[in-house]
Amino acid sequence: MSEKAEPIKKVSIVISKGGLEDVYPGLIMANGARMEGIEANLFFTFFGLDAIIKERMDHLKVATVGNPGMRLPGGMAMPTMLGGLPGMSAFVTSMMKKEMEAIDIPPVGEFIEMISDSGAGIYACKATVDMFHLKKEDFCSQVNEIITVGEFYEMAAGGQIIFT
Amino acid sequence: MAQKELLGQIVEVDTDGHFVDYKVWCEDMACEIAKEEGISQLEDGHWKVINFMRDQFCESGECPSLRKITKQSGVDTKEIYSLFPIKPAKTSAKIAGLPKPKGCI
Repeated sequence: MSEKAEPIKKVSIVISKGGLEDVYPGLIMANGARMEGIEANLFFTFFGLDAIIKERMDHLKVATVGNPGMRLPGGMAMPTMLGGLPGMSAFVTSMMKKEMEAIDIPPVGEFIEMISDSGAGIYACKATVDMFHLKKEDFCSQVNEIITVGEFYEMAAGGQIIFT
Repeated sequence: MAQKELLGQIVEVDTDGHFVDYKVWCEDMACEIAKEEGISQLEDGHWKVINFMRDQFCESGECPSLRKITKQSGVDTKEIYSLFPIKPAKTSAKIAGLPKPKGCI
């Protein structure tokens, strides 16, 4: 082994998609960063904004259409055609939520609160907010600010950027 | 496996300094480990977390997740980050004489 690598000090994580399986990895990484003493910022953009919109954050769903990784209980691959059946997304979502709760992963709303309380910053993308005609009041109280991409880069200075 | 001396006693620890056997721990040792971790004095809040973690570990054989600690010990997320500002889950486990927590949350 060569000399010990420099530890990561700061991360800025972009969450750009709104599926349950798209949002959680970024939340887990942000929370995990804070648990390791790493400074963390979360920046939500495009459909990722759903994770911080009050009315929507606890109703995110798993995308079952076009997802070749889907498995049936027991581990058999799920034919992709089945993903489009009515109710499939709701069913898979409820299964996944149950499994997550069992390993202590909180629902999105509680997770955002936890991450914010841990000292991480939570930001919404101004371009998307304008495009979707959203207002500050639509967002959960943990959102620090609606910022431009330029402000995001300023805020991310000196750290790593992770895009999800 | 490494060893370290705490209050004149030789204790077995892993490479990160976590106790191998949680039973050899005592409260005075916690104060010593806390000082090594930059916490000069253990306050009530620290003890709430330490005692909760040890109770949970005795029951289940695992360190509780940070979420469980902040929901059930009476110390919330903001407070635990102010009590143990760097690596709250790992540092509190180390001070409580417990192995490194395995969970991601």
